[in-house]
Amino acid sequence: MITSGHLLSINDLTRDGAFEVLDTARELSRITDGAIKKLPTLRGRTVVNLFFEDSTRTRLSFEAAAKRLSADVINFSAKGSSVSKGESLKDTAQTLEAMGAELVIVRHGSSGAAARLAQSGWIKSHVVNAGDGMHEHPTQALLDAYTIREHFPEHDRDFTGLRIGIVGDILHSRVARSNALLLTSLGAQVVLIAPPTLIPIGVSSWPVEISYDLDAEIESLDAIMMLRVQSERMNDAFFPSEREYARGYGLGAERVNAMKERAIIMHPGPMNRGLEISASSADSERSVILEQVSNGVLVRMAVLYLLMGGTAIPTEGVLV
Amino acid sequence: MSSSDIVLKEVRLADSEVVDVEIRGGIISAISTKITSDLPTLDGRGVLLLPGLVDLHTHLREPGKESSETVLSGSQAAVKGGYTAVSAMANTTPVADTAGVVEQVARLGAKAGLCDVFPIGAVTVGLLGEQLAELSAMADSAAGVRIFSDDGRCVSDPLLMRRALEYVKSFNGVIAQHAQDPILTAGAQMNEGAVSSRLGLQGWPAIAEESIIARDILLANYVQSRLHICHLTTKGGVEIVRWAKSQGMAVTAEVTPHHLLLTEDLAEGYDPIYKVNPPLRTQEDVEALREGLADGTIDIVATDHAPHPAEDKDCEWNSAAFGMTGLETAFSVVNTVMVQSGKMDWETLVERMSAKPAEIGGYKDHGRIAVGSLANLILVDPTKQWKVDRSKMLSRSYNTPFHDLTFTGEVLHTFYRGVHVMRDGQLTGLKHE
Repeated sequence: MITSGHLLSINDLTRDGAFEVLDTARELSRITDGAIKKLPTLRGRTVVNLFFEDSTRTRLSFEAAAKRLSADVINFSAKGSSVSKGESLKDTAQTLEAMGAELVIVRHGSSGAAARLAQSGWIKSHVVNAGDGMHEHPTQALLDAYTIREHFPEHDRDFTGLRIGIVGDILHSRVARSNALLLTSLGAQVVLIAPPTLIPIGVSSWPVEISYDLDAEIESLDAIMMLRVQSERMNDAFFPSEREYARGYGLGAERVNAMKERAIIMHPGPMNRGLEISASSADSERSVILEQVSNGVLVRMAVLYLLMGGTAIPTEGVLV
Repeated sequence: MSSSDIVLKEVRLADSEVVDVEIRGGIISAISTKITSDLPTLDGRGVLLLPGLVDLHTHLREPGKESSETVLSGSQAAVKGGYTAVSAMANTTPVADTAGVVEQVARLGAKAGLCDVFPIGAVTVGLLGEQLAELSAMADSAAGVRIFSDDGRCVSDPLLMRRALEYVKSFNGVIAQHAQDPILTAGAQMNEGAVSSRLGLQGWPAIAEESIIARDILLANYVQSRLHICHLTTKGGVEIVRWAKSQGMAVTAEVTPHHLLLTEDLAEGYDPIYKVNPPLRTQEDVEALREGLADGTIDIVATDHAPHPAEDKDCEWNSAAFGMTGLETAFSVVNTVMVQSGKMDWETLVERMSAKPAEIGGYKDHGRIAVGSLANLILVDPTKQWKVDRSKMLSRSYNTPFHDLTFTGEVLHTFYRGVHVMRDGQLTGLKHE
């Protein structure tokens, strides 16, 4: 269980707590698998999508999750709002709470923004971190773990023995941070693969391996997670050119062919086809990228359900 | 006779000698083992008499940011903390880069009448790092500026820095450098290391400070001018300054009370009360700074008192302002960290917080206790414990990182030019006219 009442970081979850989220998501999947997609558990409750950064897919995923639990959803995006006129995070959150929000899903460009919302005494609502700066994106890691688990049923209760590569812009990636924490906590071996400029300083204190050589690692991976590389990084001298990056760290057909028989290809999206991942790799049989999207809704349903203490999950889908 | 004329009875000096001290007409008129006088007396048993503290790095925010601090409120905070002289940093609005602005600040200080307010002049016009400000005009002004700094920004252009160092030689000025390579620290939020990587906050590498310190030491030595390093924070920086001094180079350095005590781990909760420029570093750095201050590698303690309004701290980390207040806590922090721990004696504390800063700034009326000098003095209880309460600060801002912490040693009385401006921890309302 998420004892703090918030999901700000993977550190808010024990290993058992993480499995509880994954189990709940699986249960929700079973119930909503048929014709009936909607449960009444959060009927009359209000959640807010508080998005200070553009992110259509994450916002839609949370919105779909809340609606499938019958919650009312208020969407707030910073563009065109009073935030662009200088209203602070604190004032915005307090305003939305005054409108009845019980749970705030926040995406913000500043690392720690979700923690500030939860811990500064500004609001009483539950807070779910939907990505804060370069810090964390815990529901992304949970949906990735869910997806890996579905493909390796022999590791249902323990990821020990799975080797998972996270490739690309580790330095700026909240997805990488959350995944490194969660997957290692579940028992997996995680290797971060990137040019040295995109590996954070002080990473030796993380429970992961580091590699600068994708080709040396590719054959040993059970899952490979390709991170989006923003071409702006090139201007900051993190790498010389897109071509050189793609050659060293892009996932093309040759590397896909070198992968283990059951190995899967993951990407949190949105993809830069042709840069970190080739079109053929993204669309290959190994690719589970669309499954990740579906699983995202389930995992987010589970998080909302567990945080908001909804009524017991019905064993069968019910008409609402 | 002024209303503050007084005899301090049986006070202990930093060297442990116990004496009576007579203050008459703003001057220390007598020091001896026993003074018989018709003046009122103050029982000094159990307390220490020290020269008033001198700060070379104070942000008073006036003109321009009077919501954070004014010269008057900053002077009140200074008196409360035992300072009889502060040095007003140049990053005001307008920037203190002309004779007019530094004279205005000096005038405001004199009008407040609670401590000496010595303006620091900007090195470059508008702190923009492009063109030298009129340094001679500020030096020759009524404010008599001798310290120049673009603090808050680094004079990063090496040629401009060289010229500034050369130029101030004609009036024995000193350049106080905020050592921060701006390119290595673009967007930086906290010390770069394992903690910043975990928290996802843009890192501020120690080398961005150390490379500028090293460069400027070489430049200053080359042109044979005086360099002062503001707020040293890293072990590497201490080692570079130690090397420079061993070569006989004319460099001085300061450390802030907060860098002597606090570490980067405080960023964990993302509370921007701990966001400061330069950033809090590691425990290893803190130990090196303490050692450097004790052995004299670091010459002085400076507060870098940086008041900010509440809304600039009650927000997410990246949006928050850099800075901490420090005038009212500096003595207690340094006493607790350095003296009570046995790293430094009282004479060394006086050297680091009063005599040496007065010497660097050329503040002739500060830093000593001698018959015939102006009575800029404080009485402190070296062992009294007290808990910091930000709501009781005299500064107009509350952004102290020490709230709720308990320290040893409290300033009880402050005499500024013989005026008893603080008595028993309370400002008296008296001022120097």
